[in-house]
Amino acid sequence: MAVSLRRDRSGHRRRHSGLRRQARLIPVLPAVVLLLVFLAGPVLWAFHASFTNAALTGRNARSPGWIGFDNYARLLSDPMLPLSLGLTVLFVGGSAILGQNLLGLTLAVLMRRARRTVAAVVGTAVVAAWVLPEIVAAFAAYAYFSRDGTLNQLLGGLGLGQTDWLYSFPMVAILLANIWRGTAFSMLVYRAALNDIPGEVTEAALMDGARGWQRLAFITIPMIRGSIATNLMLITLQTLAVFTLIWVMTAGGPANASTTLPVLAYLEAFKFGDIGYGTAVASVLILIGVVFGAAYVRLLRESKP
Amino acid sequence: MTTTAGTSALGQLRSGTGAVSRARQRARIPADVSLILIGACFVLPLLWLVFASLDASAGHEARLPGRVSLDNFAAIMTPGLLFQPLWNSMVLSAGTAAVNLVAAVLAAYPLSRYQSRFNKPFMYTVLFGTCLPITAIMVPVYGLFVQLQLLDSMPATIFFMATTTLPMAIWMTKNFMDAVPVSLEEAAWVDGASGLTALRTIVLPLMRQGLGVVFIFVFIQAWGNFFVPFVLLLSEARQPAAVSIFSFFGQHGAVAYGQLAAFSILYSVPVLALYVIVAKGAGSSFALSGAVKG
Repeated sequence: MAVSLRRDRSGHRRRHSGLRRQARLIPVLPAVVLLLVFLAGPVLWAFHASFTNAALTGRNARSPGWIGFDNYARLLSDPMLPLSLGLTVLFVGGSAILGQNLLGLTLAVLMRRARRTVAAVVGTAVVAAWVLPEIVAAFAAYAYFSRDGTLNQLLGGLGLGQTDWLYSFPMVAILLANIWRGTAFSMLVYRAALNDIPGEVTEAALMDGARGWQRLAFITIPMIRGSIATNLMLITLQTLAVFTLIWVMTAGGPANASTTLPVLAYLEAFKFGDIGYGTAVASVLILIGVVFGAAYVRLLRESKP
Repeated sequence: MTTTAGTSALGQLRSGTGAVSRARQRARIPADVSLILIGACFVLPLLWLVFASLDASAGHEARLPGRVSLDNFAAIMTPGLLFQPLWNSMVLSAGTAAVNLVAAVLAAYPLSRYQSRFNKPFMYTVLFGTCLPITAIMVPVYGLFVQLQLLDSMPATIFFMATTTLPMAIWMTKNFMDAVPVSLEEAAWVDGASGLTALRTIVLPLMRQGLGVVFIFVFIQAWGNFFVPFVLLLSEARQPAAVSIFSFFGQHGAVAYGQLAAFSILYSVPVLALYVIVAKGAGSSFALSGAVKG
């Protein structure tokens, strides 16, 4: 409305109005420049560098040479790629899609039935693990799963056998640690979604004699399916990028048994000094992120015409 | 009674309110118990952090310290070990949040107030940007920083970190700005005020709380960020607490778990406090809705 007001006043200068409308967008420029230089730039540079033999040190660090598809050919024949992809899928599927998602939903549903104080206290405990800086959370998880850590103390107390989790079952330890670390996000999303369900709907179902699990399966879950889809996308993307937790707990070991794609890219680039090859690995990860990101944007666009 | 808890609860629901509340209380018990069990699992890993920090001879195991002492805290309270890294974290996080806020407010204003063909594609690109796994671009960013000779530069690291959170900041800021009614500005426009004057004098004061949420949100993310400074800042004098705590772990961790835990706690306190401010002041679901909803 205000826009039309202004244009009427300067009707005789219509030739300039197009220009003026462009000028209004000038404040967006700093953000655009930052995004182009530091986000789009590295992504494009990544695809470029993955075709070179750029190295961390030495001659190839200063003037990397073009080697075409060599890095990708090497990647495809590298036994580390299928292993690392598999571990990444296991990590994302196990800790995010199953673990965080289901536990978050369970917590949100239970919190609506439980006493208010209990819900508040437990909610704080769950959120605490999520708010802590990631390196501190990683240290705590490391101590918890280490040979003489809290978990083995508990198992010993129950008379069960103790294992060195970080060496014998590194993926189990990392999966559980990431569920512990990230469930709060799903819980908050689902609590907000459940609060949006009108009370009459649940009451009507209650009057019709629907049992608890029936209400959950046939009423609650269909009504929050939009939030479920959004949550799944976001936690998948967050979990794909997890590095610190794994790096502190196992550093990808032992014998690459927990080397997910981000850890592999880091190891190749900085431990073995092959920036070009590390970038090729990173490019695969970026592509996976791009696919999920595009799917997420489409999902939101369709739900909101 | 207990076997037909479901149907009897339903019957009481129809018969009277006193009975309803009693039935509800009873129905709550299983939910309470399961919640407390899950909550305990979430607290367990944190116990070690607290116990070890107060125990001068701490190891990996969580045990009540034989003698509560603050020796660990005293040992790490040195400029080189604690204060310099915390100050670096402060500069890095405050700088990142400030850059974010300025760029996000400037960008959000035209996007929120003027219709343009450019708006929708831009917002969806921004949304897409929030999805990029930042870990994946760290190796290429390192390469880029080497080529541009920006490695180990504090300002360059601040601008990069700001950019990684900028998409989310723009998205949140625009949502908060959309909630400020346009009518007040229209009056200012008619009086001849320019768009940016209206932004400064009318819109920003009205969305103070939202701006606070964005600032704290970015600050918390930057404060906790380990990977970016780990890759981009090389000299010890510039490294933030997240990185120096990791090198401490590598050098002394095997002998000084108590000090590691004490360091972790002191480093975590600022973000815990900021989170409480946001959650108390605005309601965490409010902050989250600014971030998640379209």
